[in-house]
Amino acid sequence: MSSEVVRRPRPKGAGAAPFRSLMWRFPWLRPLLLLAPPMAWFVFVYLASLVLLLISAFWSIDPFTTQVVQVWNTNNFQTILSDPTYRTIIGRTAGLAGLVTITDVVLAFPLAFFMAKVASRRVQSLLFAAVLLPLWASYLARVYAWILILNHSGVLNWSLQSIGLPSANIGYTNTAMWLVFSYIWLPFMIIPTYAALERVPDSLLEAAADLGARRWRSTLDVLLPLALPGVVAGSIFTFSLTLGDYITPILVGGAGSQFIGNVVYNNVGIANNIPFAAALATVPVVIMAVYLLVAQRLGAFEAL
Amino acid sequence: MSVGFWTRMALRAWTALILLFLFIPILLIFFYAFNTSNIESWPIPGLTTKWFGSTWNDPDVRAALLLSVQVGLAATALALLLGSCAAFAIHRASFFGRDAVSLLFVLPLALPGIITGIALNAFFSFGGINLSIWTIIVGHATFCMVVVYNNVLARLRRTQGSLIEAAMDLGANGFQLFRDVTLPLISTAVVAGAMLAFALSFDEVIVTTFTAGAQKTLPIWIFGQIRHGILLPEVNVVVSFVILVTIIPVVIAARLTGGGGTARVPAAR
Repeated sequence: MSSEVVRRPRPKGAGAAPFRSLMWRFPWLRPLLLLAPPMAWFVFVYLASLVLLLISAFWSIDPFTTQVVQVWNTNNFQTILSDPTYRTIIGRTAGLAGLVTITDVVLAFPLAFFMAKVASRRVQSLLFAAVLLPLWASYLARVYAWILILNHSGVLNWSLQSIGLPSANIGYTNTAMWLVFSYIWLPFMIIPTYAALERVPDSLLEAAADLGARRWRSTLDVLLPLALPGVVAGSIFTFSLTLGDYITPILVGGAGSQFIGNVVYNNVGIANNIPFAAALATVPVVIMAVYLLVAQRLGAFEAL
Repeated sequence: MSVGFWTRMALRAWTALILLFLFIPILLIFFYAFNTSNIESWPIPGLTTKWFGSTWNDPDVRAALLLSVQVGLAATALALLLGSCAAFAIHRASFFGRDAVSLLFVLPLALPGIITGIALNAFFSFGGINLSIWTIIVGHATFCMVVVYNNVLARLRRTQGSLIEAAMDLGANGFQLFRDVTLPLISTAVVAGAMLAFALSFDEVIVTTFTAGAQKTLPIWIFGQIRHGILLPEVNVVVSFVILVTIIPVVIAARLTGGGGTARVPAAR
């Protein structure tokens, strides 16, 4: 910082303010004082919580008294790895998160391309606002809207009937979850994809055209590789947000649509088994860590 | 970039379809809020405003609204204080471990909300702290802080250091410097951060379920009603209201920061 390098003249009348002369003599004191409150909050509340969560994953509860037994063991992890129920739930969660991500890439890419490379400046900023609004509109509201739509006598069946098609009953199924997740996280995919596409200079595409590349060729060989970091950045959001969700499965999922989050939630709220919930909560963290490592290799962090 | 006529048309049509997909569900809720019937089917038989009155007079809704506003204001105030401090410190100083600290500050938004929620729940539960309005505020302030931090830091990075040096050369003392130069430069970013923090807190449900115990914020009330399918006409009204309360501050924040801050913040879940 330049303000640190410049030798500041000793302010006149500083002797009246010992605090200020202290600041002048020790320039590192000010940032330290500023950093202390937020750091204290993070270390003593947030980090302490995360560390405690990790430690408690290696504890267990007494099945009769449901009191936490603070004895180091790996029983929780053994149960998660050996019980096929949990493997199914983890597979379902990660599988649907992947499917939602792919769906959002397909839905978002043409729109992001239109925004970044075809639309006029004015349309571009209007579209940007139009994509941002639903992102901030209440999460619960948007899930609830789909309950109204997919409901037996909702908008979907009304539309299907009015064009002479048989009614569909996809409410409270995994299909409904796929649809709702894809809807809710779509703006998170559009924005980074758009940002990445916008940064691709038109001159590169013109150069490709001058070198004889057809439109499809230049799209495949020039545009897509340069847009990939943005798409991967978007996929971090869609994948991670789906992975950690448990509200949507409760509200629009049916029987047999439990997510990792639901089991965690039930173990905290109903079974009061925090150690097991903690152990299970490490699963999405590990999955995300692997995902982020791959994403970093693909250069997604520069596009965030 | 030049694209062919049909490609352009196809892209336009696709964009229009996606916009319809994004907006129809949200608009639909506003229609349902005026539904004369208490059965949520489409098309609605007629329009009425009777549910607005009954919702406003519902003591449960009022209590939940009050709690949500209290939590939102307190969490925003804490987030403003802590987030601005953090942004100033990270901006000014270069010290060992600065990158690690700045990564730490964005962690509550980067980790899934359920991790933050259950971690805080374990912290309170093993620490013998009873869940109260304060535990909700602590949870919310932790992720609201990130929004303020991001906004203020982004603004500080774009601010020219020469302005501050000029003020110092002209003999401004620390307080004058802050009041007359730094604060006007960053004020819109601070206000935008506060707006976003409040919007985030007002709509938060995941971290809240783990830190609220038996208390009901507005989103918790909505979640319970939808889950059990009761009093849905009132839910329509409340949900429409929440959409407006979360969108309006964001529109203002976008105006103040030129859109940058609102795009960078993923909702904390």
